[in-house]
Amino acid sequence: MSIDAPARTGRGEIEPANVNTRRSSGFLGGVSHVVLFVWAVLIVVPIIWIFVSSFKSNTELFTNAWSIPGQLRTGNWSRAFSEGNIGRFFLNTILVVAAGTFGTMVLGSMAAYVLARYPFRGARFIYFVFVAGLAFPVFLALTPLFFVVRNIGQIPGIGQFIGLDSYGGVILVYIAYSLPFTVFFLTAFFRTLPTPVAEAAVIDGCSNTRLFFRVMMPMAKPGLISITIFNVVGQWNQYLLPLVLLSGQAKDKWVLTQGIADIAISSSYRADWPALFAALSMAILPMIIVYVLFQRHIQAGLTAGAVK
Amino acid sequence: MLATRRKFLFIVGFLALPALIYVVYVISPYVQAFQIAFTDWHGASQTQNFVGFANFEALFADSTFWHAIGHNAILLVLGPLIVLGLGMFFAFLLTSGGRKGGVGGSKVYRVIIFLPQVLSLVIVAVLFQSVLKTDTGGMINGPLIGLGAQPIGFLTSPDLALWSVLGVLVWQQVGFYVVLFSAAMGNVPLEIYESARLDGANRIQMFFRITLPLLWDTVQTAWVYMGIAAFDVFAIVWVLTVDQGGPDGSTQVLSTEIYRNAFVYSKFGYASAMGVVLFFVILIFAGVVFGLTRRERVEL
Repeated sequence: MSIDAPARTGRGEIEPANVNTRRSSGFLGGVSHVVLFVWAVLIVVPIIWIFVSSFKSNTELFTNAWSIPGQLRTGNWSRAFSEGNIGRFFLNTILVVAAGTFGTMVLGSMAAYVLARYPFRGARFIYFVFVAGLAFPVFLALTPLFFVVRNIGQIPGIGQFIGLDSYGGVILVYIAYSLPFTVFFLTAFFRTLPTPVAEAAVIDGCSNTRLFFRVMMPMAKPGLISITIFNVVGQWNQYLLPLVLLSGQAKDKWVLTQGIADIAISSSYRADWPALFAALSMAILPMIIVYVLFQRHIQAGLTAGAVK
Repeated sequence: MLATRRKFLFIVGFLALPALIYVVYVISPYVQAFQIAFTDWHGASQTQNFVGFANFEALFADSTFWHAIGHNAILLVLGPLIVLGLGMFFAFLLTSGGRKGGVGGSKVYRVIIFLPQVLSLVIVAVLFQSVLKTDTGGMINGPLIGLGAQPIGFLTSPDLALWSVLGVLVWQQVGFYVVLFSAAMGNVPLEIYESARLDGANRIQMFFRITLPLLWDTVQTAWVYMGIAAFDVFAIVWVLTVDQGGPDGSTQVLSTEIYRNAFVYSKFGYASAMGVVLFFVILIFAGVVFGLTRRERVEL
């Protein structure tokens, strides 16, 4: 990423006017680079600083915050992993997000499909109720939601699997709160799919259910991918809902965000900053790797709601 | 006849489960919240007595509540202004104002600038807790102290803490709007710029006369998105700031006070009343944004 790289046309387009434009944009191009470079540095430096500091000792950190660690102290990392339970929190998060996103996608696309392509009485009303969920702040629902989940936990038999302090409870709540946007987005998407294909399949004797899974779902793939990414990132980063649903007594079920926040708060007593930095790095690195690998899809997925 | 019946069963079969989950976990809590807001429900008591507007009266007499509203208002005005302004500016630089191509390395810049969006707000908050620390171990204050200067109390000074919250919010949010705006700029047909250029328009004129009007719908949506993000700074305030809203309550916002009243003080009725106020404030905000920014639609 050099500042004075020659201006390239990113999309490989060559236009006759370009020669002219390039010359006049020399100064502006330079200013653009400086501004963008400064902002990029502001983003990257704190992250690198945390990563580098995660190998330092406490003394090194407090003597000179910007020094390079004297040796690679991987002990900080293993301490964060075992004592900080980061490994456990990671697995919990993967489990909850995988199940939550899968459930959201299956239920959300089923509802959206019916609402988009089967014009029955009341369809508009049901669609409206789903989408209305977008307008309400989660904080309004927080208190009653806690008691709803607690009461569901009292149901004999299945209650313990979907009540407070259970994976199932968190997963169901994630699904429920992901539905409004998923239904909103996918309904619009299913409406744009070509009707003749569906009609042909019906004439061939295809049942409604088969039509959905075999014909419509594959056709909706681009939309499904975008919204899946949106839900994965959203649920992965969720903090408020697990904070309410998974108490301190269920620490073995906590998700990553909860774990990191807890280490941050308690480490101000213990003052084991390097271990906190190691824990942070462990949480950040996989996200960066996944992001760099799929950045096009991720950018498209996250901005899907705002772009028409 | 049979086909209609089948179709009916199919519709019911597909809608039943999503609708059930949605009603139980989303609709019923929202409806209950409006009801609980008018009761004195608190603590371990099982009784919920209807108290009319008592919670709201207590709320409007509570200085903590007004402080929280004030902090939300500051974030609500400055957050979108700074974030959307920077987002628009960076997007303009990246795309050279809508021309194909843009500056060299624009792909790399875009990837980096968007990066904080994929990090959880909690992670970002913990990260900045270490960056902004007041002692010699802080990323910014460490070198300052080394140079013999006074450390800056980013999080410990009541005058600065809210600005630190705003700064972290900006750091995390800008990337989203850069991607959003540069995608929208890419959709503007090049011929428009071409003819404007032939008419002798410069870049600044092109931005204000062509790009901005054509992007107005996107800006409106972005303003509402960003406003909602400014209301919900829960994770940042709760994790980043001293005493979860401090020092001295200088970073308390509505979301943290709702959480605190409900899950720390167990004042469920009171917390729900705050939630109802939050709902109406957001509703008014969205109405104001769409009302104030209404312009004649420019269609291509």
